[in-house]
Amino acid sequence: MASIFMDNLGKVYTGGVRAVTGVNLDIADGEMIVLVGPSGCGKSTLLRMVAGLETISEGSLKIGDRVVNNLEPADRDIAMVFQNYALYPHMTVYNNLAYGLKNRGFAKSEIQRRVNEAAQMLEIGQFLDRKPRQLSGGQRQRVAMGRALVREPAAFLFDEPLSNLDAKLRVQMRVEIRQLQKRLGTTSLYVTHDQLEALTMADRLVVLNGGQIEQVGTPMELYSRPATTFVAGFIGSPAMNMLSSEYLRGLVSAEALSHVPTQADLIGIRPEDLSLAAPKDGEISLTGTLMLLEPAGAESHLHLRFDGHDDMIVARLPHVPDVAEGAKLTFSLPRGKLHPFDRASGKRMA
Amino acid sequence: MQTKRMTFSSKWLPYALLAPQVIITLIFFIWPASQALYQSFLRQDIFGLRTNFVWFDNFNRLFADPLYLNSLKVTLVFSLGTTFLSMSVALLFAVMVNRMIRSRDSYTTFLVWPYAVAPAIAGVLWWFIFNPSIGIMPYMLKGFGYDWNHRSSSTDAMILVIIAAAWKQISYNFLFFLAGLQSIPHSLIEAAAIDGASRFKRFWTIVFPLLSPITFFLMVVNVVYAMFDTFGVIHATTEGGPAQATNILVYKVYRDGFVNLNLGSSAAQSVILMAIVIVLTVIQFRYIERRVNY
Ligand SMILES: Nc1ncnc2c1ncn2[C@@H]1O[C@H](COP(=O)(O)OP(=O)(O)O)[C@@H](O)[C@H]1O
Ligand SMILES: [Mg+2]
Repeated sequence: MASIFMDNLGKVYTGGVRAVTGVNLDIADGEMIVLVGPSGCGKSTLLRMVAGLETISEGSLKIGDRVVNNLEPADRDIAMVFQNYALYPHMTVYNNLAYGLKNRGFAKSEIQRRVNEAAQMLEIGQFLDRKPRQLSGGQRQRVAMGRALVREPAAFLFDEPLSNLDAKLRVQMRVEIRQLQKRLGTTSLYVTHDQLEALTMADRLVVLNGGQIEQVGTPMELYSRPATTFVAGFIGSPAMNMLSSEYLRGLVSAEALSHVPTQADLIGIRPEDLSLAAPKDGEISLTGTLMLLEPAGAESHLHLRFDGHDDMIVARLPHVPDVAEGAKLTFSLPRGKLHPFDRASGKRMA
Repeated sequence: MQTKRMTFSSKWLPYALLAPQVIITLIFFIWPASQALYQSFLRQDIFGLRTNFVWFDNFNRLFADPLYLNSLKVTLVFSLGTTFLSMSVALLFAVMVNRMIRSRDSYTTFLVWPYAVAPAIAGVLWWFIFNPSIGIMPYMLKGFGYDWNHRSSSTDAMILVIIAAAWKQISYNFLFFLAGLQSIPHSLIEAAAIDGASRFKRFWTIVFPLLSPITFFLMVVNVVYAMFDTFGVIHATTEGGPAQATNILVYKVYRDGFVNLNLGSSAAQSVILMAIVIVLTVIQFRYIERRVNY
């Protein structure tokens, strides 16, 4: 078990592609950090720098109290779960789990004990004699987890480990990985492009964009106070609506927007903050035409056109309302739920 | 698999389309093969005046003939040596080239060139290089105190024909090994690195086992090549000598048939060769179809 310190980490690939820039991040012992961002933003690169699979071009990386910049992957005391699982296809499940221990010269009895313990924990005991190709995707995923567990490493590294599973299994494995991680208390760095996975699993969330950190914080911090328009757009589904403040000022009373800084020229509104209830005192009311109603079982997404506004506005309701497309609907919105941004820099204003 | 059924307007067209292939097979394979089979049962007297039907006597004599048994042994050593040498060198090259990133394609091109050289020309090339009086290799070996002479030393002769025969196959094996290496997901190697395996260990416990289907396939191909496709190499370098030391089965068929004009024995030998090819081909198809499982 260990903490991880990233000090100004940067990566330039041979050929000159810059993938990661100036990453500062301290991961506490036992913490689950999720790296999230769109495809190509440098998540895997950063993770692989920690694993030792990519060289570190700039900055320094500490695991525990050792600077590991120049250590081989094997000497960093980490275990990694790959996106394609990377199980050794010619070895049985047992040997897949035991391989790392054998290489490190563990006694046979100790290897047996650890493999059996991990197999029990992951409920793969009955598959120990099978080859990976005889397993389903979910079972392979468990074996990959098992291979990481048996080593009892200082840190787990996950690179989109659930992206090859179907939706239902993904949710199930998400819960299992998180429970296991909490139980073992192993420091973990988890990469995903799925914001829901990120929100549900993380102690703290790191949003990457173009190889740089946009924001670090707990899931609730990032959700309720996104620091940039990028984070605002990335965290939450459907994505946050963005309106120019000029447009909004034309719709509602100046008094309703009095707390919004005058320099903020972009206002974000989360779809779920709009409601069909009659506006209470001090709430903002907005009227739009319903273009499309998407029922989604327990909730619904309403796509609305506001006069004079090009993009559609989306509202998310915790029920499916009985309204016809084409109807004019009035929504209410608490004043405190406005997210003011500076359009040019993308930064939050208040 | 579902087969597509084609309808021809003329009843004869499909036969006409098949005819060239069938005719070629008949003329160049079936007919000579049946001739060989027939002749293997015949024997001429020493003056060539009478020909008798002798049943399996040609075969019986062969397996009692120390020269033939020697040729079998020579063939075994030669084909295993050639296979081992060409495959191990090819694997070494493939591993090294696979590690390169930018220069990979140009190295691949260079390494494939030898395959385009005709076997006889390659034989002459090696004949020059190893020529005991004018060759560069004997000259260099002399510097190390070794007196190379493949005209008198049967070991030297065997080494020479193995090198000459293996040289060309390296290109072929290299391409297959390189493709095999490239089809191994890089994440497996990375996982093994994290699992604490050294470079050496990663190769022997992960990479090499995963190449086993290709290795097996190449083994059969190379044995077949060494046994049947190396006439030109032998002919251009040692002509089977010295003292039968490199007289492999295929070369012996030619020598006994066309030089010594013992057609019956030569035919019997080619029938045996044919049987060996059939067995090897069956093995190959069996296993390649099924792949070696892991
Ligand atoms: N081996 C490499 N060589 C050069 N550029 C690379 C290499 N691997 C990734 N990149 C580039 O680095 C950037 C980040 O990639 P990656 O870390 O894989 O992103 P993510 O995992 O977030 O999708 C991308 O622009 C990608 O093209
Ligand atoms: Mg990635």
